[in-house]
Amino acid sequence: MNLNRNQPSPGKLLQWFNPLGRKLSFSGFTLNRVSALGLTLYLYLHLIVLSLLAQGPNAYDNFLKLIHNPWFMFGEWLVVAAGLIHGLNGLRIALTSLGIVVPQQKQMFVFLMVIAVIGSLIFAIRMYTTF
Amino acid sequence: MSMTKWTITIQVYRQKGEALPHYDEFKLEVDPDEYVLDGVERIWAFNDRTVCFRHACHHSTCGACGMRVNGVEKLTCITPIREVTQNGGKIKIEPLRNFPVISDLVVDMGSLYSNMERVGAQSVLPVTEAEIERPLRSWPKEDSQYIRLSDCIECGLCISACPISTTSETYLGPAVLAGAQQKGVRLDPNLLRLVDCEDGPWRCHSAFECTAVCPSFVDPARRIMLLRQQIVLERLTRLFRSEPKKNTVKEANR
Repeated sequence: MNLNRNQPSPGKLLQWFNPLGRKLSFSGFTLNRVSALGLTLYLYLHLIVLSLLAQGPNAYDNFLKLIHNPWFMFGEWLVVAAGLIHGLNGLRIALTSLGIVVPQQKQMFVFLMVIAVIGSLIFAIRMYTTF
Repeated sequence: MSMTKWTITIQVYRQKGEALPHYDEFKLEVDPDEYVLDGVERIWAFNDRTVCFRHACHHSTCGACGMRVNGVEKLTCITPIREVTQNGGKIKIEPLRNFPVISDLVVDMGSLYSNMERVGAQSVLPVTEAEIERPLRSWPKEDSQYIRLSDCIECGLCISACPISTTSETYLGPAVLAGAQQKGVRLDPNLLRLVDCEDGPWRCHSAFECTAVCPSFVDPARRIMLLRQQIVLERLTRLFRSEPKKNTVKEANR
């Protein structure tokens, strides 16, 4: 008998990002992971950019000129959106982890994500109108 | 039951021994108000006697017929066909996730049963601890002499739906942790040691899928959060509890 198939395995990590057949709260679980990965990637990129300062002001200024375009600004907006999603969803997880508002966690998730969307839109308008 | 008849196709996951898994399709005429388990039984009775599946009570008490219906964990004896497909539609039936497949739709749930035993999950409880029928505070104290079956039917749907159980073999899982919460870590120091670890409630990542699929209103996610509270309170209490005085040699010689 092959009993190994269908058993838990760290290799099944991609299942965390498969929304098929899942309920609303699972979106919170997935969003938190995706936004955390994005923010971690941004942190490393940020450190790499800062390291340009070691090459002198010209290197840094040239890089700033290079990224002053709508596409890079979109990337910056993604960082803001990921920060809002991760932070607000984290608030829900922190509260429920302490046993607070567990029965209302779904409504809280929707409410906080609406705030995240509104916040992200405000940032997008501000960023692109002052570009 | 209605007089309506639907023609549906049921895709059944098949896996025997070392052979690669595949799906077999069976076309059936059904009453849409019948349950998914009725359809599987009919396949076994009239189409293919080698289809393996588990069932017993047919009224959501034994927890044996848990399967994935169209990718979602369901107790098939209480899942009406009407709820998961339409006339001319398909139903995909697969075994529960995160348990080894023995044959077709039958999985080995030994790990769940042994972990439930390890945490001392109670199968019967005083009625005063029932949360469905009445709020806890409204039970008269004298009713605690009466007992009832625990809500958890050990069907394993929560473990199948849990994304953490998918990637970690050692995680105790929702049903087991809910059982531990019901037992209470304050009363049992061994239980505290068993669940206050990396494979206990701290590994839960709040996906709440267990509660979403639980057919028995156990609400495992909430119980995991309550178990965390219990553990923190117990640890704090132990931290500040004065140690019992050790007998001196003089006192011992008295």
